Amino acid sequence: MSTLTLAARDSRTMLRRNMRRWARYPAMTVQLIALPVIMLLMFAFVFGQTLGAGLGGPSAGRGDYIDYLVPGIILMTVSASIQGTAISVAMDMHEGIIARFRTMAISRGAVLTGHVIGSFLQTLVGIAIVIGVAFLIGFRTNANAAEWIATIGLLCLFAIALTWLAVAMGLQAKSVETASNTPTLLVLLPFLGSGFVPADSMPAGLAWFAEYQPFSPVIETVRGLLLGTEIGDNAVLALAWTAVIGLLGYFWALKLFRRPPVR
Amino acid sequence: MTPDQPTAIAATGLRKSYGEQTVLDGIDITVPEGTVFALLGPNGAGKTTAVQILSTLIEADGGTVRVAGHDLATDADGIRGAIGVTGQFSAVDNLLTGEENLLLMADLNHLPRAEGRRRTAELLERFDLVDAAEKNPMTYSGGMRRKLDLAMTLVGDPKVIFLDEPTTGLDPRTRRIMWDAIRGLVAGGVTIFLTTQYLEEADELADRIALLDHGHIVAEGTSAELKRLIPGGHIRLEFADPDELDQAARTFAGSTRDDAALALQVPSDGDVNSLRAVLDHLDVASIEVTNLTVHTPDLDDVFLALTGRPTEVRSSAGAGHQSAETTDTAADSTTKETVR
Repeated sequence: MSTLTLAARDSRTMLRRNMRRWARYPAMTVQLIALPVIMLLMFAFVFGQTLGAGLGGPSAGRGDYIDYLVPGIILMTVSASIQGTAISVAMDMHEGIIARFRTMAISRGAVLTGHVIGSFLQTLVGIAIVIGVAFLIGFRTNANAAEWIATIGLLCLFAIALTWLAVAMGLQAKSVETASNTPTLLVLLPFLGSGFVPADSMPAGLAWFAEYQPFSPVIETVRGLLLGTEIGDNAVLALAWTAVIGLLGYFWALKLFRRPPVR
Repeated sequence: MTPDQPTAIAATGLRKSYGEQTVLDGIDITVPEGTVFALLGPNGAGKTTAVQILSTLIEADGGTVRVAGHDLATDADGIRGAIGVTGQFSAVDNLLTGEENLLLMADLNHLPRAEGRRRTAELLERFDLVDAAEKNPMTYSGGMRRKLDLAMTLVGDPKVIFLDEPTTGLDPRTRRIMWDAIRGLVAGGVTIFLTTQYLEEADELADRIALLDHGHIVAEGTSAELKRLIPGGHIRLEFADPDELDQAARTFAGSTRDDAALALQVPSDGDVNSLRAVLDHLDVASIEVTNLTVHTPDLDDVFLALTGRPTEVRSSAGAGHQSAETTDTAADSTTKETVR
């Protein structure tokens, strides 16, 4: 078998292993998907009326706010899901089985690829559920097929990029507890961006951060694609951030994975 | 072992340091195919580091390694394809069942599905894990986990197996089961590289033993060769009062007394004749002995003699003093005396 076939086969084996692990330990998956759903419901029904009024749209109410909110919640789904990635990678690293994998003639990257693909699929499921709930509570979009495809494409790229970053964070973590803490920052990023309220409604310094941090251009692009708002240079920025995060995460993860075990 | 036997593991000048601390200071290891080699030493001697280097887990700072005909520097994957490793820390997936763990190994060894199932069933049977096959390893006892761990190593049918302290922390019964499994592997032509801090284990299993201390191999040979390196054994006599001890000390020239324990060590090679001679002398002088132990040299003594300090580790037998009733000189579990 060629190296590539072997790599694909080993990655598939690792993916199957990760899927099985989630099936055995569903609490985390459920929790990670529940978080954005709860946020969605809370912001829509608790804060929605008030925040919607603040937006000052045509009808300026809960309905408008739900539309505004959904792209931010979708991104939160991505960042919550990769928190799970970091945790399961860290768990793996502390279980001793990775040392066994390293002494076997298997594709070096298969362990990580298995995690990345598995997490990515999990993220997609999460996004699908969140979008489903959004429609149920009255989310309306005027996106056509091409815009949907572009949205899903961008979300996929961004999710994969963040997943690699999370894998690196999981590898870097000294313990499983740290691994669950570090990506929490990422879960908060949609708040400190244009996910819940427009960036320009914040104080100057924060508004500057909110406008330029990686989540905002992605949120703005998704919002533009789904709601027809102005995208501007956000699409380019979103792709640039995705590339930077993805490459950084990928090489950081590989570097850490090659590091000998510390025991 | 014959000179023309192919070599399974050959390492020369192996070095490894972590910062200032030198863990391995140029060690040479040669293990012929189909034999058991034991690397024996106290905690922190560098045993695990040696295993990690030979099993491709970490890189050495210097030295050459060939395992199963593959060079570590140029063909680490070749080595990985030929070896199996069971480490000190169990390397099982705690969220998969025992059976799934074995099937995972079958997949990663690229076995055809049917073959993987067959080997899994066979190994579950062999290690008495059939009833636990559907259960999660977190519910296993320490011994069961270790057995599953070894079974996982065996799925790929490795030619060379590294066992890093395979029985540390196991109860005596499970230890015996592991030993039998290891002997079975050797009978099947597998080469075993074993690290242990149990002298008895090395004595029981290994064809050749190397003593590792502070990153140096301080002695190497068969168990018998190593024991020959140090002075012979002794018979230890214990007395009820100091007067008896005084009298005995006068009777046995060249003996060493231990006033605190009211004991006397009489040099002896431990055979029946010398034991009879000692008993005769005691009889003639009418000296009462409260306890008598025959001490043949063991690896503990070798370690003490070569490193100048006790091993800190004791024989896994954990035996106390042998009583006078069992003065069988052939007894393999002699009493340990790491006094001084």
